[in-house]
Amino acid sequence: MRIDCDVLIIGGGPAGLCAARSLLGTGLKVLILERDPFLGGQLLKQTHMFFGSKEQYAGTRGFEIGQILTREVQASPNITVMLETVASGYYPEENFILALEKEKKLYQVYFKKVIVATGASEKSLLFEGNDLPGIYGAGAVQTLMNMYGVMPGKDIIMIGSGNIGLIVSYQLLQAGVKVKAILEAAPTVGGYFVHAAKVSRMGIPIFTQTTVKRALGRNALEGVEIVSLDSKWQYVPGTERKWPCDTLCLAVGLSPMSELLWQFQCEMRYVSELGGYVAKRNPFMQTTHPDVYIAGDVSGVEEASSAMLEGTIAGFAVSKALHKMLDSVDQVIQNSQTFLDEMHVGTIGEKIRNGLAKVEVDVCL
Amino acid sequence: MRIKEHPIIDFQKGKTVTFTFDGVQYEGFDDEPIAVALYANGIKTLSYSLKYHRPRGIFCCIGNCSSCLMKVNGIPNVRTCTQRIEQGMVIETQGKGAIK
Ligand SMILES: Cc1cc2nc3c(=O)[nH]c(=O)nc-3n(C[C@H](O)[C@H](O)[C@H](O)COP(=O)(O)OP(=O)(O)OC[C@H]3O[C@@H](n4cnc5c(N)ncnc54)[C@H](O)[C@@H]3O)c2cc1C
Ligand code: FES
Repeated sequence: MRIDCDVLIIGGGPAGLCAARSLLGTGLKVLILERDPFLGGQLLKQTHMFFGSKEQYAGTRGFEIGQILTREVQASPNITVMLETVASGYYPEENFILALEKEKKLYQVYFKKVIVATGASEKSLLFEGNDLPGIYGAGAVQTLMNMYGVMPGKDIIMIGSGNIGLIVSYQLLQAGVKVKAILEAAPTVGGYFVHAAKVSRMGIPIFTQTTVKRALGRNALEGVEIVSLDSKWQYVPGTERKWPCDTLCLAVGLSPMSELLWQFQCEMRYVSELGGYVAKRNPFMQTTHPDVYIAGDVSGVEEASSAMLEGTIAGFAVSKALHKMLDSVDQVIQNSQTFLDEMHVGTIGEKIRNGLAKVEVDVCL
Repeated sequence: MRIKEHPIIDFQKGKTVTFTFDGVQYEGFDDEPIAVALYANGIKTLSYSLKYHRPRGIFCCIGNCSSCLMKVNGIPNVRTCTQRIEQGMVIETQGKGAIK
C-alpha cells in the first residue's frame, strides 16, 4: 500500500519525538515509524533525573520526559504514528522507504524530507566465552529491570565506568541486585564525577586498568577470569584471578545504527569518538543527501539531552526547507545550537567536540 | 525473578497469560516480551547456535542483535526480546539437537 507524507521520521526515541514536536502546527503531514509497540526509545528505561536547563527537562526523570513527549506528539492532528512498524529499506529508483507493520503489512512510504533518528546498538567485547547466557549489554539490563521489573541476575560484575556503566550499577542497587565491582580498562574512570561518587558511596569498588579475560561456565555464566592491564593495554602476566558471578554487564559503548544512511548514499565517515560510522552533516543536521536529516545517536552517540536538541534542530530546519516554518524558527534553531555547544565545553565535551569536527561541514551541496 | 519493591518505579503489569516453554506451562504478563517472561521464570537459555551448539540468551533486549531467536507457535527465528507474549503461545528452544 502507498502512503504519502511531507516529513517522514524514522524512530520515535527522544530525537525523533523532538523532531516531530518541532513540526507541530506547521500544517505539514508528518509520519513517525517506530518498530517498538510504544514511543520513547531508550528514555523509557532511564530512571535518573536529567541535568541542564528547564528547556532540557532538568530535574525530571528520563521515563517521565518520554511520557511527556509522547503525549504531546500523539495529541497533534498533523502527526501520525505507526507503531510496531520497521523502516526496512530505501528504494532509490522510486524514492520510497519500505515499511513493514507487525511483520505482516508492507507499505511504500513516499516523503519530501526524511529525518533518520534510529538510535544506536550496543557494542560487545572480545573475550573467550563472551556469548554465554548471563552476559548482556548494560542497556539490556536497564530494559529488563526498569521497563519490565525483572532482575537480570543476583551477582553482577560491570565492565566499563562510563556514564552508562555507572548509572546502571546504581540502578541495579536500587532494584536490590548486588554489584560486585566495576572494571575499567583505562587508567581513569570514564563517566561524570557525580555518578562515580554515588556508586562509590554505595560501596561498589571500581578497578581501573582491569578487564575480563574469559567467561567461565558451560551452559550459563558462572564466573569471570579478570586480569590487570599495563599502560599499553596488555595483560599483566600472573594477575589473573577468578571471580564467581551469574551476570556480566558490558557497558562498553554504542555504535550508530546507520544502515539506512548508507542506503541513502549519504557521505559517511568512521569517527571513533562518535561510536562508529556517521553521516557528514551541516549545523542544521542535514546530510550530504539534501532530503535526508539526522538526529540523536545515529548522528553520533551521546546522550538523551543532546538527542532532543538535535531532533529539535532537524525538525525546525525541515520546516524551513519546506517553507512551512513558524516565525521564531531561526531563533529556536540558534538557541538549540547554543545549548548543544554548551554541552560540549570543557574536558568532558572534548571527545565529542573532536568527533564532531570530523563530520561537520558548513554547507551541504 | 521479579522485582517486588522499587524506590522509583511502580511497575504496572498487564493481564496474566499462560504459555508453554518446551512443553512446560508458565505464566507471564501480556504486555511483556516473550524473553522477558521467560527470564522472570528463571529461564535464560533461549537457543543453541547452529554450528557449535553453544547456548544463547538475551544480549541487547531491544531487537538489535538476534541473540534471542526462538521458535514461537512453530515459526522459527522469532525475535523474542521484542515480540509480546500471548495467551496459549507455544515457545520452544531453537537449535536443540543441532548437528555439530
Ligand atoms: C539501551 C540504552 C540505554 C541507554 N541509557 C542511557 C542513559 O541511561 N542515560 C543517557 O543519557 N543515555 C543513555 N543511552 C544513550 C542514548 O544516547 C540516549 O539516551 C537517547 O535515547 C538517544 O536517543 P535517540 O532518539 O537517538 O535513540 P533511541 O532512544 O534509541 O530511539 C531510537 C528509536 O528508533 C527506533 N528504530 C530504530 N530503527 C528503526 C527502524 N528501522 N524503523 C523504525 N524504528 C526504528 C527504535 O526502536 C527506537 O525507539 C542509552 C542508550 C541505549 C541504547
Ligand atoms: S536480545 Fe538482541 S535482538 Fe533480542
